[in-house]
Amino acid sequence: MKTNELISMLSSQVDPVDTREVVRNVRIAILVGAAVSLLAVVFVLGVRTDLNEIHAQNFVFAKLAFSLSVVILASHYLVKYIRPGGEFRARFALTVLPFLAAMVVAAINLAAAPRSHWETMVFGSYWLECLIAIPTVAILPFVAIMWAVRLAAPTDLLRTGALAGLVAGGVSATAYALHCMDDLLPFVALWYGGTIVLCTIAGAALGPRLLRW
Amino acid sequence: MTKESDLKELMAASLLGDSIAHRSLLTVLSGYLRSYYKSKLVRAGRTAEEAEDLMQEALIVIHTQRHTYDPEQPLTPWLYAIARYKLIDHLRRTRASTASVPLENAENILASDDSVATESQFDLTRLLERLPERMRLSVQYVKLDGLSVAEAADRCGISKSAVKVNVHRGLKILAASIARETKA
Repeated sequence: MKTNELISMLSSQVDPVDTREVVRNVRIAILVGAAVSLLAVVFVLGVRTDLNEIHAQNFVFAKLAFSLSVVILASHYLVKYIRPGGEFRARFALTVLPFLAAMVVAAINLAAAPRSHWETMVFGSYWLECLIAIPTVAILPFVAIMWAVRLAAPTDLLRTGALAGLVAGGVSATAYALHCMDDLLPFVALWYGGTIVLCTIAGAALGPRLLRW
Repeated sequence: MTKESDLKELMAASLLGDSIAHRSLLTVLSGYLRSYYKSKLVRAGRTAEEAEDLMQEALIVIHTQRHTYDPEQPLTPWLYAIARYKLIDHLRRTRASTASVPLENAENILASDDSVATESQFDLTRLLERLPERMRLSVQYVKLDGLSVAEAADRCGISKSAVKVNVHRGLKILAASIARETKA
């Protein structure tokens, strides 16, 4: 086939296009994923019963501050990465900041406590539930986000997949915070941070397979 | 005026639905892409036809993915990212090493253009025949026979938006079949 024939074909009746649509799709997918995750936590796991007490509210706010900062930073980079060449101008090293901050706070907390308390502070009562629940619930937002990303054209599939996993993990942790009764910051740093990192690794592994175009 | 600002201007017009600007843009880009793919493939002992196939596939992709360009950013990195992505994809398909595709300065893609067109190895009519009936007719009417979307919708007995979706999907499938057909 001759190239000029192909060009004639492609440029016959060109429609105007909306260049903001790809970003809108991803934002909608994150919101839908968040709504579904919330419903899953509320109806399957249940909301913690002491939410009317001030000290419980403070702990929930601390967890939300961590998980929401992960979501906000990661989605900021994700909407750049979904476009071809987005990876040339967006370095996402900043996404580690919430994790570093959580680790620093956890370390200060541990340092101020006697060693005999450390195990309780790190493992809490429900570390296994947290380890299973956050990645499982994250599947819901991850599917929605990947569907939206596939409507765009990322050219760095590994990192785009990782960012999608990071956002999904953050969204899932945000929902799980309404249920989880383990409140100590070392627990949050390890089990929330760790499970979100697991989601990120899973996203990086799936990205090249699911996002090819 | 730099190449970048010229291209960006053409792209801006094309995104608004200006067919003439779109044609100019694709024509200019085809030269840069041909030169890029020849430099990567012919040097590795492959044919100019193979480079032409890949260039045509990239042109269709640039057309169908033009909505992923951010008008606030320069066009060259977007173009280079697509060109490189399709090259790596092609090398993987043909089981060649992708180690020979280092990340370059995006501006290098505009360094030279090559207007010596060869004919690519595939036949459009034959590839179109593989599309589902309505999709094939939508592409045929709107893109080849120059019918309006409304006329095509009437003839196919589907809505105007369905015709547009069919054309878009048809072109995407076309690019994918070129990728599969390209012989190393």
